[in-house]
Amino acid sequence: MGVIEDHGSVLLLLTILFGFFMAWGVGANDVANAMGTSVGSKAITIKQAIVIAMIFEFAGAYLAGGEVTATIRKGIIDPELLGQTPELLVYGMMAALLAAGIWLLAASSMGWPVSTTHSIVGSIVGFASVGISVDAVNWIKVGEIAASWVVSPIMSGSLAFLLYLSVRKFIFSTADPFVSAKRVVPVYMFMMGLVVTMLTFVKGLKHIGLDLSMQEALLYSLGVALLITLVGIVSLSRITRVSDSSQHNLVYVEKVFSVLMLFTACSMAFAHGSNDVANAIGPLAAVNGIIESGGFVAQTSTMPIWILLLGGGGIVAGLAMYGHKVIRTVGTNITELTPSSGFAVVLAAVTTVAISSGYSLPVSTTHTLVGGVLGVGLARGISALNLRVVGTIFISWIVTLPAGAILAIVFFYLFKWIFGSG
Amino acid sequence: MSRRPLFSQIFARSPIAPIQEHMKVACSAAIKLPEFFVAVIKSDWESANAIGDEISSIEGEADDIKRKIRANLPRSLFMPVSRSDLLDLLKSQDKIPNRTKDIAGLCRGRKMKFPGELGNLMHDFVASSVRAATMAMQTLDELDELFETGFGGREIDLISDLISKLNEAEHEADEKQHEVQMLLYKMESEINPVDVIFLYRIIDWIGDIADNAQAVGNRMLNLIAK
Repeated sequence: MGVIEDHGSVLLLLTILFGFFMAWGVGANDVANAMGTSVGSKAITIKQAIVIAMIFEFAGAYLAGGEVTATIRKGIIDPELLGQTPELLVYGMMAALLAAGIWLLAASSMGWPVSTTHSIVGSIVGFASVGISVDAVNWIKVGEIAASWVVSPIMSGSLAFLLYLSVRKFIFSTADPFVSAKRVVPVYMFMMGLVVTMLTFVKGLKHIGLDLSMQEALLYSLGVALLITLVGIVSLSRITRVSDSSQHNLVYVEKVFSVLMLFTACSMAFAHGSNDVANAIGPLAAVNGIIESGGFVAQTSTMPIWILLLGGGGIVAGLAMYGHKVIRTVGTNITELTPSSGFAVVLAAVTTVAISSGYSLPVSTTHTLVGGVLGVGLARGISALNLRVVGTIFISWIVTLPAGAILAIVFFYLFKWIFGSG
Repeated sequence: MSRRPLFSQIFARSPIAPIQEHMKVACSAAIKLPEFFVAVIKSDWESANAIGDEISSIEGEADDIKRKIRANLPRSLFMPVSRSDLLDLLKSQDKIPNRTKDIAGLCRGRKMKFPGELGNLMHDFVASSVRAATMAMQTLDELDELFETGFGGREIDLISDLISKLNEAEHEADEKQHEVQMLLYKMESEINPVDVIFLYRIIDWIGDIADNAQAVGNRMLNLIAK
């Protein structure tokens, strides 16, 4: 146990640094895709997107980020196998953070849309299977995670497809789309409110001392969702038609959807925060657990709140320093998305990410969004999509796994060599 | 050099606005025809040549737009409508300025004359043929809304309505064409036989403009029916 006692604070400090860097990267890069769809459909401005992202990414990370963090921290590796050599887990988690961070930095500078989630999971599996032993990896859990990467875009795509069909049926195909939009959009608001609040009340909040039973959680969620819907109805009532000609009708329908999009953008940021913060702070939480307990691989210790705060803070810092630039680039390039189709994409992605967060599964927000975009495309809701780019995006996640793994293995042996073993 | 993230590159530039732009330009050539024929029938070759030159330059502009649209429609593009339907639509649109240019070219080249009553009937015929073209343009104006509403039912009704009006306009032009042909048949003995042949050809070509306008409408129906 010598290493932990001798170098404990140095190791923890380094991990905090790497973890913050990673959270910073999530804020600077990843958030752009989550918010870009809303900015691109001109439902919100870039400034609004930044403010929304800051508030709701932080809230999502802090209130609902614990579940996925637990998976990254102790779900992928079986900590019991490492009872004798806790320092290996510390090196490994540090290596995973550093590897994922560097891979993300390299890939983003090339313009590849690599997923933070895939990088960190690939890195952890890499160092654990090569650096420790193949048995140290909880392959069942890894299999579940990998399956969720296939299922999440498909699920999001199907949801987006159905949502867009419903928009067409209940709004665009009616005699007066504007009136129908005002009537139907609050239903979407309610659905969206319910998804986000359920995620928060059912799975989150335990760490701030609010342990609710299932019924209570459901009740509170319904209440908050209704409240959100009411706010929505009030803001919708402010939109009035100036001209009554059918030519301008669509403009007003899209205005109604813009209000909805403001809500979905908030929930997107929240869901993204709840899932992606884990990539940065999951390894940090693992290292902190070992060092605090003086070298025991503690599986049951609770997550310290400061780690969640650090993760949320890192995301906000990344957003503030660099995010506006990326959101601008993404947002101004997505011009072919209307608020009505953009809403279907985002709500489908939000629901999928929130459900994944609820099941403690780390998924890629970007891939979920891509699935949603394809779903709306199949429902004839987007005028032109580049299928070749879609292919490139899906290939990039296959490349990310070995890349993260190899880097993590290299760093693992490097840390082992620097700090020594046993 | 551009570091545009791949995610935003999924969204390709929509071809709809350029196609509408092409139709506007295509139609603006045809719209010059009534004015052109006023000059031709008066044998005012100075103005006729000026208008003819304008038509030629508009036709060139339409060709440029068409080429750009084709270059930006790779097979990897995923659209709510089939790529070949869209290219067929563009082809029909492009025939309008092409025919207009042919008509102006032949009239100028042969310094064609439309004696007596023939001239009056020609005015009407040209006007109704061009009207079909403008109606096609109006129908195409709804194309962007059709895409924005995800091919919703109401927009389809609106377009079907416009297309049936366009068909009526084409039918009217057909009737006018028939009248002109009947008159020309009666006047055949008074006109130089070679001129008669080319008069029939001009009449056919003017009819082609209405036919192509109708074809644009039908291609749009193809887009809707999927």
